[in-house]
Amino acid sequence: MIGIDFSQVWGILGQLGEGMGASVMIFALTLLFSMPLGLLVAFGRMSKWAPLRFLQKEEVKQPVGLGGKIKAGVLGFKPIQFIVKIFIAILRGTPLMLQLIVVFYGPFYLFGMQLPRSYRFIAVLIGFSVNYAAYFAEIYRSGIESIPVGQYEAAAVLGYSKSQTFRRIIFPQMAKRIVPPVTNEVITLVKDTSLAFVLTYEEMFTIAKQIAAKEGSILPLFVAGVFYFIFNFVVAFVMERIEKAMDYYR
Amino acid sequence: MKVLEINHCNKKFGDNEVLKDISLSVSEGQVVSIIGPSGSGKSTLLRCATLLETMDGGDLVYLGEYAAKADAVGKAVYSDKESLRNIKKNFGLVFQNFNLFPHYSVMRNITEPPILIGKRPKDEVYREARVLLEKMGLSDKEDAYPFQLSGGQQQRVSIARALAMKPKMLFFDEPTSALDPELTGEILKVIKDLAAEHMTMVIVTHEMAFARDVSNHIIFMDGGVIVEEGAPQDVINNPQQERTKAFLGRFQQ
Ligand SMILES: Nc1ncnc2c1ncn2[C@@H]1O[C@H](COP(=O)(O)OP(=O)(O)O)[C@@H](O)[C@H]1O
Ligand SMILES: [Mg+2]
Repeated sequence: MIGIDFSQVWGILGQLGEGMGASVMIFALTLLFSMPLGLLVAFGRMSKWAPLRFLQKEEVKQPVGLGGKIKAGVLGFKPIQFIVKIFIAILRGTPLMLQLIVVFYGPFYLFGMQLPRSYRFIAVLIGFSVNYAAYFAEIYRSGIESIPVGQYEAAAVLGYSKSQTFRRIIFPQMAKRIVPPVTNEVITLVKDTSLAFVLTYEEMFTIAKQIAAKEGSILPLFVAGVFYFIFNFVVAFVMERIEKAMDYYR
Repeated sequence: MKVLEINHCNKKFGDNEVLKDISLSVSEGQVVSIIGPSGSGKSTLLRCATLLETMDGGDLVYLGEYAAKADAVGKAVYSDKESLRNIKKNFGLVFQNFNLFPHYSVMRNITEPPILIGKRPKDEVYREARVLLEKMGLSDKEDAYPFQLSGGQQQRVSIARALAMKPKMLFFDEPTSALDPELTGEILKVIKDLAAEHMTMVIVTHEMAFARDVSNHIIFMDGGVIVEEGAPQDVINNPQQERTKAFLGRFQQ
């Protein structure tokens, strides 16, 4: 390997510094918005609201024949669940890079809207937050659905309301169970922040690429790689701490 | 005084008729045991009585207050949410698999419901909880979490949790069925002690000797109907119906 000139590394770090701040910013704000938004999406995904069900005769809970099944399907249609399911499928089934482009250029190409320069950062945050909300929603949902029904029943008999049951009994147990999959998502997010380069938002990877191109050196990209690695090392450490903190019960 | 009254209860799951015209009443201080083969509808009956399931038809009455009242064609019409919330304060339910809250300590499992739902003063609730734990022989476990306890200990905590709400009556759904045989005795003893204190109880159990000793009244259910009921000595030792004889015969080997 060629010897690394450390003064050069320091120079690159100086230039990347601002970009690192931007990357950490995207990371932190995405988590801040997507984690609660994901819970909302999860509720939508689990919505059992079926506005046409009242038309269903009570006796016909178990439909007979194909006609009966179609009728039961139509009358039991759950619009919120359906829409949210499609929303999640699209967000998880298409590249985040594409979603970022749509959020940024969509308002202009679709509606002719002229948005200020600062919209670049907002578009990055919207794209990331909405995309990650879809992933978190599915994690929350599987966490919520893994809580035994007996927990709901015990709370119901003791007189807990639905919201008390969720806040005090279900949510804390869900939070413990979802730490491992959430850790995976958070680690992916650290690396995904680099996708903001498609909107030439000046986070670290964008800058590293610019320097690399200008100086004809791979060193800036290498430094960037080390930054993501250390960032994730810290994330893994923090998540492990959180997991330990919840270890007092099983 | 009648604490619980169920009249002509019907319950279907799809076209599976699980409860067919069940009526029963429980007076203050009475202990009623329900026995019967698995799938006969015992749990469903308790779940209807504790408002975990809705009956299709019939009345459900606690201390003269209707939780559900049959209309002209017998369909069960439930009271409004607020009334049901109040009616719920009359009873507690002890589950087969305890259903303790695993993220709460023993103490919090017992004290949160009376403080949060019963709106009772904290220090009073804690004092009473300590008395209950002492009664259950669990004084040294108040800071333990459910996973650190044996099944028998967990079940005693769940009984304490139910009692802390000061219910007028308690339901038990096979309280010893999830326990190792050597642990059932400690739970049966706790229930016997409660009976001695004239706690009103409805107990679904497969422990025939226990049912005979502890109850004032025994109900034998099969296929969603009450096949036979009466004084414990009569039903257990001298059953009249063939189905009761066949069922009890299986326990006597
Ligand atoms: N939630 C449910 N959905 C459909 N069928 C049910 C449900 N709960 C109970 N059943 C049916 O009701 C019948 C009575 O069940 P259960 O009350 O649990 O009996 P037991 O407690 O006497 O063993 C069984 O045939 C069971 O399959
Ligand atoms: Mg049962």
